[in-house]
Amino acid sequence: MEYMIAALVGLFFVFGIYFLLSRSLIRMLLGVVVLSNGVNLLIFTAGRLMRAIAPIVPDGLDQPETAIANPLPQALILTAIVIGFAMFSFLLVLAYRAYQTLDADNTDNMRVAEPRNGPQPPLSY
Amino acid sequence: MATSAHPATDLPQAMISTMTPAGAWVIVLPLVLALMGAALLLMTRRSKNYHAGIAILIVGAIIACDGVLLAEVLQNGPVSMTMGKWLPPFGISFTADIFGAGFALTAALVTLLLLVYSQSERTAADGEDGYYALILLLLAGVTGSFLTGDLFNLYVWFEVMLISSFGLIVNGGRAVQLDGALKYGFLNFLATTFFLLSLGLIYGLLGTLNMADIIGAAPHANAAALGGVATLMLLAFGIKAAAFPLNAWLPASYHTPPAAVSALFAGLLTKVGIYALLRVLVVLLPASRDMLEPVLTIIAVLTLIISPLGAIAETNLRRAMGFIVMGGIGVVLAGIAIPSQNGVAGSGMYIVHAMLVMTALYLVAGLVEKVTGQTDSRKMGGVYAANSVVSTLFLLLVLAAAGVPPFLGFWPKLLLLQAGLDAATGTATGMPPDFYGIGIIVALLLNAFFTLIAGTRLWAHIFWRAGAEGETSEHSPVPVEPLSNRNNRLGLWPCVVLVAAIMIAGLAPNYLLDAAQRGAGDLIDPARYIAAVGLAGNSP
Repeated sequence: MEYMIAALVGLFFVFGIYFLLSRSLIRMLLGVVVLSNGVNLLIFTAGRLMRAIAPIVPDGLDQPETAIANPLPQALILTAIVIGFAMFSFLLVLAYRAYQTLDADNTDNMRVAEPRNGPQPPLSY
Repeated sequence: MATSAHPATDLPQAMISTMTPAGAWVIVLPLVLALMGAALLLMTRRSKNYHAGIAILIVGAIIACDGVLLAEVLQNGPVSMTMGKWLPPFGISFTADIFGAGFALTAALVTLLLLVYSQSERTAADGEDGYYALILLLLAGVTGSFLTGDLFNLYVWFEVMLISSFGLIVNGGRAVQLDGALKYGFLNFLATTFFLLSLGLIYGLLGTLNMADIIGAAPHANAAALGGVATLMLLAFGIKAAAFPLNAWLPASYHTPPAAVSALFAGLLTKVGIYALLRVLVVLLPASRDMLEPVLTIIAVLTLIISPLGAIAETNLRRAMGFIVMGGIGVVLAGIAIPSQNGVAGSGMYIVHAMLVMTALYLVAGLVEKVTGQTDSRKMGGVYAANSVVSTLFLLLVLAAAGVPPFLGFWPKLLLLQAGLDAATGTATGMPPDFYGIGIIVALLLNAFFTLIAGTRLWAHIFWRAGAEGETSEHSPVPVEPLSNRNNRLGLWPCVVLVAAIMIAGLAPNYLLDAAQRGAGDLIDPARYIAAVGLAGNSP
């Protein structure tokens, strides 16, 4: 099971990076969301995959009776999902606003901050 | 908690049964104050006339807490506090050593001056945009990153910092800001995603995220796998710090927001990235750092040399400043590449220097833009005749950024040169002589030289020459507006205070040098740090 999920994480990364290499903002957004979910899945897998067994040590024992999934990575990704979702929605709004203001979805055409034919370095002094 | 069901003998293994000592609270108070202050400002959006005053009061209180914390750390060694009654490594720890507390204090001081400076830029037309709340949140993120003792918590503070900087960079919504914010946003979010990835892998390898616990666990783990994780961390923090091949976002975005905001970013954000790299590579994973030493040296040398060259080629004033900020990151990287006592002390002291100088440079650049009404240095000229105070400040800051002797920047560079010399000759370390030290020395000297060229040439163009570029007549100077009274008071004073601090600290560096050396000692041998968290039993 872990191996399959690990391969799936790899696929998430492949698609995430492929989309991020695109010039189109919408594709880059998709890349961001796929990549961050790939990371979440990786942390989830790192904490062992188990069928529903509660991670509770029974009374009188020092350790659980059977192998259990580590609950801590699941808590970590809960935080990471929330943060990632907030960031993604901000970037989505930002991309839409930029599309309205700059009239461009292609990052090659967004050259307001860095003009395409920038001035030559001054030659004096 | 089911305390009644279990015999009391079990609990001390995992729980704290005593009260937190009152002194330890100062470590979380700066964060509590900043977060509560931001919430207060958001709740009272309508009465925005009082916001600046409230924000200044809160930052003043934060400075007091940071000051007490630093005094405590200097006297008694690292301080730690763990949340929620769980013992570390189960509870999330906040741990401050000299570097963390010192940087937090410097960051708060810089923010206070920025709040004063902002008064000269804010107008009644700005509306209820939550500017001061976002600055307090940014300060919370920065302070949290400096004081936390847990890697996942560091990630959370990075995100707090990131989301508030998003808010600040788009505040105003001009086209150029949106363009800069897109590049800033995507690349920084990518960096934190890589950071999250690497800390997930660290948890998988070591089973802990507490920094003091990682120091103990790292030597027993698979060295090759940890080396890979360290490389990912280098990638993530390299983007955040804008080290050379990963720097594209910084010159694309830092000049777009108003001067006060870009000064805040230049002073604080990249420094947090490079501090995290210092902490992770030098303290947490020293064996992996040794593995990465060639890479680190190459990155440091390239960042040191290429950044000021970018500043020389750039005509937009604040973009040129962005390249000088990157050069400062190269200096800190040099100390990570040679982590001897002098090297780490030099890095730490340089971070303090860079926070003060880079902020001041952007603030003065903002004043210059206000005086000339231009952002491009080709269209500026003759400011010296109109405002000699601003031009003196700019020149002093250029000298300080390059590390010319009477200023603060000279001393950390001297420490780093000493560290490079030790590594190159192999005398102090007992290691065989290597070329890395020589490369670092040459790059540091070239960096100072190029920064001086870039800065003095900007100074000559903006302040000295009578008219704009290509102007042949000697009687048609560029129109220069004298600063109005309000701007004079609120825009100039923070710059004067920063420059005075840089000069005084440069003339009397003993106190800072001593603190940096002791802080570096704690980073290289973290025994006191581990003991403060309470994990002294399992040190390597």
